[in-house]
Order: sequence, then C-alpha cells, then structure tokens
Amino acid sequence: MIRIELRQTQSRAFTLGVPILSAVIALGFAAIPLLAAGANPIAAYAEMFRGVFGSVFAFSEVLTRATPLIFTGLAAALAFRAKLWNIGAEGQLYLGAMAAVAIGSGVLDITGILLLPLIVLMGAAAGAAGMVAPTYLKTRFGADEVVTTLLLNFIILIFVQMMLEGPLQDPMGLGWPQSAPVLDQGMLPPLMERMRVHSGLVLALILAGLAQFMLARSVWGFKLRAVGENAAAARHAGINVNRSLFGVAILSGGLAGLAGVSEVAGLKGYLTADLSPGFGYTGIVVAMLAGLSPVGVVIAALFIASVFVGADSMSRAMGVSSFLADLVVSVSLLCVLVGGFVARYRIVRASTARAVS
Amino acid sequence: MTDSIVLKLNGLSKHFGPVIANDNVSLTLNKGEVLALLGENGAGKTTLMNMLFGHYLPDAGSIEVADEGGVLRPLPLGHPQVALASGVGMVHQHFTLAENISALDNITLGSEPLLSLRRNRRAARRRIEGIMAQSGLSAPLDTPVGRLSVGERQRVEILKALYRNARILVLDEPTAVLTPQEADTLFENIRLMTDEGLSVIFISHKLREVLAFSDRIAVLRHGRKVGEMATSEADEKSIAQMMVGAETPELAGSYLTPGDPVLTMSGVSVAGRSKRDTLTAIDLTVHAHEILGIAGVSGNGQSGLANVIAGLVRPEQGLIKVDGVEIASPTPAKMVRAGVGRIPEDRHHEGIVGAMSVAENMVIERLKDPEVQSYGLLRREDIQDNAERLSKAYDVRGPGVDAPARLLSGGNIQKLILARVFDLSPRLILANQPTRGLDMGAAAEVGKRLLNARARGAGVVLISEDLDELLSLADRIVVIRDGELHEAPGRDREQIGLMMAGEPA
Repeated sequence: MIRIELRQTQSRAFTLGVPILSAVIALGFAAIPLLAAGANPIAAYAEMFRGVFGSVFAFSEVLTRATPLIFTGLAAALAFRAKLWNIGAEGQLYLGAMAAVAIGSGVLDITGILLLPLIVLMGAAAGAAGMVAPTYLKTRFGADEVVTTLLLNFIILIFVQMMLEGPLQDPMGLGWPQSAPVLDQGMLPPLMERMRVHSGLVLALILAGLAQFMLARSVWGFKLRAVGENAAAARHAGINVNRSLFGVAILSGGLAGLAGVSEVAGLKGYLTADLSPGFGYTGIVVAMLAGLSPVGVVIAALFIASVFVGADSMSRAMGVSSFLADLVVSVSLLCVLVGGFVARYRIVRASTARAVS
Repeated sequence: MTDSIVLKLNGLSKHFGPVIANDNVSLTLNKGEVLALLGENGAGKTTLMNMLFGHYLPDAGSIEVADEGGVLRPLPLGHPQVALASGVGMVHQHFTLAENISALDNITLGSEPLLSLRRNRRAARRRIEGIMAQSGLSAPLDTPVGRLSVGERQRVEILKALYRNARILVLDEPTAVLTPQEADTLFENIRLMTDEGLSVIFISHKLREVLAFSDRIAVLRHGRKVGEMATSEADEKSIAQMMVGAETPELAGSYLTPGDPVLTMSGVSVAGRSKRDTLTAIDLTVHAHEILGIAGVSGNGQSGLANVIAGLVRPEQGLIKVDGVEIASPTPAKMVRAGVGRIPEDRHHEGIVGAMSVAENMVIERLKDPEVQSYGLLRREDIQDNAERLSKAYDVRGPGVDAPARLLSGGNIQKLILARVFDLSPRLILANQPTRGLDMGAAAEVGKRLLNARARGAGVVLISEDLDELLSLADRIVVIRDGELHEAPGRDREQIGLMMAGEPA
C-alpha cells in the first residue's frame, strides 16, 4: 500500500530544481520520436536552441509568441486561484479582437491619441462581458462554469465567422472573410525596428507584475485567495464569495480579451477567424506550469513560446514533420507537470500502519 | 435461543491523537440476541463498531468471532474483508449503495468473482428471494436503488449483509431515518432473523425503542462501558442516568447577575435541508453576563441555530436582535460588525483557510479595519505585529505566524480562532462544539476564555453535546429537539437527559 501526502515543507533548491530537471528529462523522452523520424537528436536540439537564442530576430519571435500567452495565462491563473475554472479564454480572446477591429478600423470617428487606449479598454471590456453569463449561472444556479465557458468558445467562434462575412467584413477585402484593418494610430507600436515584437508585451508584463502585487498585498487578493482555498471559511469570515468570484471573472475575461487586442492591434492588423492557434487553451497550460503565480506565468509563457518557436525552426532545418514540434511541447508539459506534482507531494509507504495485525 | 457466545470484544482501546474514543471496552454477544449499544454522541459507539468491522485498528485489545461451528476464533484486526468473511455485517447510518443500479446488483456487488465471465444472476435472485422469505424483509429487486424509499434502501443494505452470510449484524442508528411504522416493521423483521440464529448489535439513543426491542443493553459514556444489563431489568430512568452520568459537576463560574439581553430571537424559523438545520419558530434570549447552554442529541437543529446566529443563513421568519438592534437579513459580515464572535463547529472547514498564513487567518474577519488595510492594500507589518501579539496572548504554538495555518495542531487552530474572536471583545459569542476533539488542557482553556468573556459582560451561546461541559459552564440550559427549544427546569442531569431523548419532562 502506498499513500500520497502533501509535503509539509519544500526547500527552495527543490522547488527550482525540479522543473529544470523535468525539462531535461522531457528533452530526453522527445529524442525517441526524433530518432524514429531519422534525425540526430543532438543536432536537432542544437537547431532548436539556435531557433530560440540564435539571433536577436529569433528571440524577438519568441517574445512575440509569448505575448498572447502571458495574457491568457494570467486570465487562467487568476480565475483558477479563486477556483473559478474559466476555460473560455479562447472565446474571450476573439471577443476582445472583435471589439478592437470594430472600434479601430475607422467606424468611429475617433482619431489621434485617444484611439489606442479606447481599443485596449473596449477589448478588455468585451472579453470581460464574455464571463458575465457563465459566472451568473454559476453563482445563481450552480451551473458548472467549465461546461458553460468551454461551450461559449464555439459559439463565439461561429459568431466571429458570421461577423466576418457580414457587418465586420472588409469592403476592400475582395470577399475574403476578414475585417477591415485597424488604423495606424490604433496599432500597438512595435518595440524594435523590423521585428514583430510589439508593445503589447510591455502591457502584458506590467499586468503580470500588477497581478502579482495585488494578489499578495491587497485586500482584493486576500479575499481571492481565501475564496479559492476555502470558500466555506471565507464565507463564514464575512467575505462575499459571489462578489469575489464576479470580480475575478471580469478580470480574467478582460485579460483574455487583451490577448485578442494584442494580436490584432499589435501583430496582424486585422481579424480573421484563425487569429488564435489555441492561445486560450495554451494559456491554461501556461497557468498550470506557473503554479498559478502571475510572475510564473511570464516564465512559463516564455518557455512554451521557446519550445514552439524552437521546434518550428528545428523541423524546418532537420526536414522532420512539424508535428514533432507539438510532440516536444506535449512531452515537456507532461514532464513538468509530473515534476511539479513530485515537488508538492511525496509518496509514502503505508505498510507501517498495519504492523500491529 | 441458545446462549452460545458469537462475539467477544476484549479490552478494545482507541485514541485519536489526545482524544480517547474507546477505553478498554469489553462486550460479548450471544447467538440470536439483540444487543442495544447506547450512548450520547461522541460516547464511542461508532468507533467501537468500526474496530469490529476492521475500519479502525485498535490501540489495544482483541476481538473473537465464532466460526460456523460456533468455535470462537481471534479476528485479525484492521481488515474489513476478513471481518466480512467471518460473518460480520454492518449497516451504516449513511447507506453505501450505488443509486444507479438495481437492488439486486447492489446486493451481489462485490461478492462475485471479479474475473468470472458469466454472472449467475438467476441463482443470486433465487438466494435473495429465499433470504427475503425467511427474514420478512422485502424490497423490489429490479428497481434502481435511487428510486427506492429510505426504508427500502435500508432493507437492501441488510439483505446485502445477509447475502454475504452475516451471522452478526451491526445496525448503526437504523431508525434515525425511518418513520415509526417502518421502525416497527424493521424490528419485527429483526426478531424473525434472530429466531433463525442471527445476532444483532444495534446502536441507538432512543430509549423507548431500546427498551421495547432489545434483549440486553450496554451503555457507553466518554469511551468507557459504564453499564450493562438485561433489558427486562432496565427502566428509562436508570438508562438515562447511565448515559449522562450520575454526578452533576460544580458550576465553574461564580454567580453574576444577568444584564440586558444581548441576543433576542423571536419566532425564528429556518426550513433547512434536513433535521439538522431546521428550526421551528424558536424564541431565545441571551443576557450579558450569561452563558446559555444548548443541549441536545446531535442533528436536532443545532446547525440551523448556529448558522442563523453566525449569519450564514437568513431565517424565513422571525426577528433577531443583537444588543437591542434588529439585524435585518443577516450576513456573516453584519453579524461580526454587530459584535457577534463566532467559533464554528468545524474549525478546519469553516474556521480557517488552511493554505493561508496564521497571521492572515487572524485578521480574516476584519478586512475593513484601518489597522489591517489602508486604501485597499494590506498593512503587512501591522498584520504581522497583531499576529505576534495574539500568538503570545493566546499561546498559539506552531511553526510561526507566517506558516500556513493548516500546519497547526487542532488545539492550536482552535486557539487561533479564539484569539481572533475574543480580541474583538464581542458582545455575543457563539461557541458551537468548541471543545470537540480537543485534549483536556485545550478544552479547559476554551472554558476559561468563555468564562472570562462572561465576566467582562458578554453573552455566550454554547452549543455542546457534552452535558458535563454544559453543566459546568452554563448558567442556563435549553434543550434542542426536532428544531424546537425546551427550557430545562434547572440543572437536573437526568431530566435533561430524558428531554434530549424525547421523553416528556
């Protein structure tokens, strides 16, 4: 008989060492399919490393890819801290993106310096609006938000497609299902010449720092942690649990909406129905890897973005299938999650308890 | 009825941490006999039966069970499967049936070989029908258990035990969920079964049914066996006395003249989900300088009363005043602001947020206080100082105020809650089972703090299942039964015991 119990204490070296060791083990496992595909794993990993750190451009691509993941990772991390399982960041991302092109493509007669802040605000508000109904159904009727937020993703995506072939379609777009572009003054300025990395990254980093600070230092964060860790005790202590849940739902939806704003107004310039390759869902993985810590989200987002970007350039250079990139990402995730479990729990043999018989 | 012994418990003891659940309990059970195991809540009845059934491993003692030939053999301890195989069957208070499958499948579940390809349902049905005919227990076999009535489910549980060839049947408070008519039928069936040689232990605290249906009575109190007698020689008075003890403890506090009312509840009703949290038009007044004890068998509305005073439940009807001020639609926060200090029954589940630090748990009820926050940001140094001060004053010991509260022992968690509650000098204190699971020292500390608050001028509502605790602390005792309050006429232990058990005073 074995038993699993929470570690009472964990050393710092252990906490830091386990994820790194897990990542190394993951690369070891991922070498197996690489070998099967006929590539030399060491050369492949060298290519992967070069694809991430090989040049300023390579690394800027990692940062570009990490930006939406930080937003959606924060969205998931904050909600999950309160045990509000928002699986709908993907849909909320599209809501934010729709708001950005609706306002930013010149429909409204706003020009100059006001346009960009308005796009950012309305994008966040649109994302937040996507969380209102699921949270109401949860607090009022006990409806499982995993189901409602997840299903809303598909509804929203179909709505986006409808809008892109209707009111939001670019009249100059030759009939393609895409929106009109965001005006130049509505775009998030790029951070470097001739690179794609944009100031959405700065916004993401500021919000991550702010979230970290507020969680630890504010009454709002105190309530959020209490509600997430023990809702019954929080309620008994006089914390309005439903209000806390609504607050974090709005924030979570807003952050996911900003991921959409950042992709549209920072990178693509216009909206298509394939704007996000699952950033909302990957955000959940980012949050779990980060142990739901906002600063951890930044690190986890950079890690995942590196693996994606690195594996992409590896598959190009080595001539192996690009699906191997997905495989490398999945194996790393599994290893890091198992590693995180080992770091938090320990396995004890329970045979001693039966010794008396 | 023969007098051959089928079960012997020899000197069983079980501790949970510092709490003694059973202390050197010995029992024998004869063939074809109904033995009633009586005792207040927390007297150790269920623990004793769980040791018999192998759920708990005793600290000391042994168990012997007769085999089919009637020879007593030692039962290996701590193995439910072995207990089952030796013919011990148990019907828990909360049924352990799968609601989505039929009664027949529930009965045969677990007694079929895992790897047999063909289930012999026809033979199983024949056997069950045989058992039903013999015992008089009947239940529809093909209906999913979820659609059966409570009484039918209980019969399915008993049939399940009999199907596994139980020769000793343990029933944990079998009538708690039944109507009086269903209970009568159950006892008739039990008689039919004991005539066939089954031996039954049934756990109860209803005196009347015990006297009517058992052959012998054993009484547990504070984990010890305090009495055993043939039912024919027992009467209600003597059993009630055994259950609650003979001597009345001294009042711990000196006499204080009660002051103005600090809590007034008039006509308060709560429609709960079960008997535990239902209140029927109760009137209650607690004065300053007064400890009001609420006595009662657990599950008679104590939770409902505590939830209302804690602000967790809004009553359907009635008026609540704290310190003379009406509290309209109470919430926990409103109650705290009105000066109510609450010590919850389940300190781990409702009292603390285990993952948060001791210091944070000490301020969790006063997040609006300017000492705790300014402009919505936590004043971490003040919170830290507050925790250091309270830890010293209330002797909260553990790995420090920054450590997660779950690392504290049960007694220290209670001290943390006491510190948080008493530091705000509440006008009214709700203490719900405040000493449950605590060792003697920690329990004495709780009593001392309650008496100090009383001396300071607070009113206290003390809900407890321990009559000794109530008699030593409370100025006045009210018995709660079926969601109604009945004023006890003085500090007569026997009288209170009878009122708790549902006898007219």
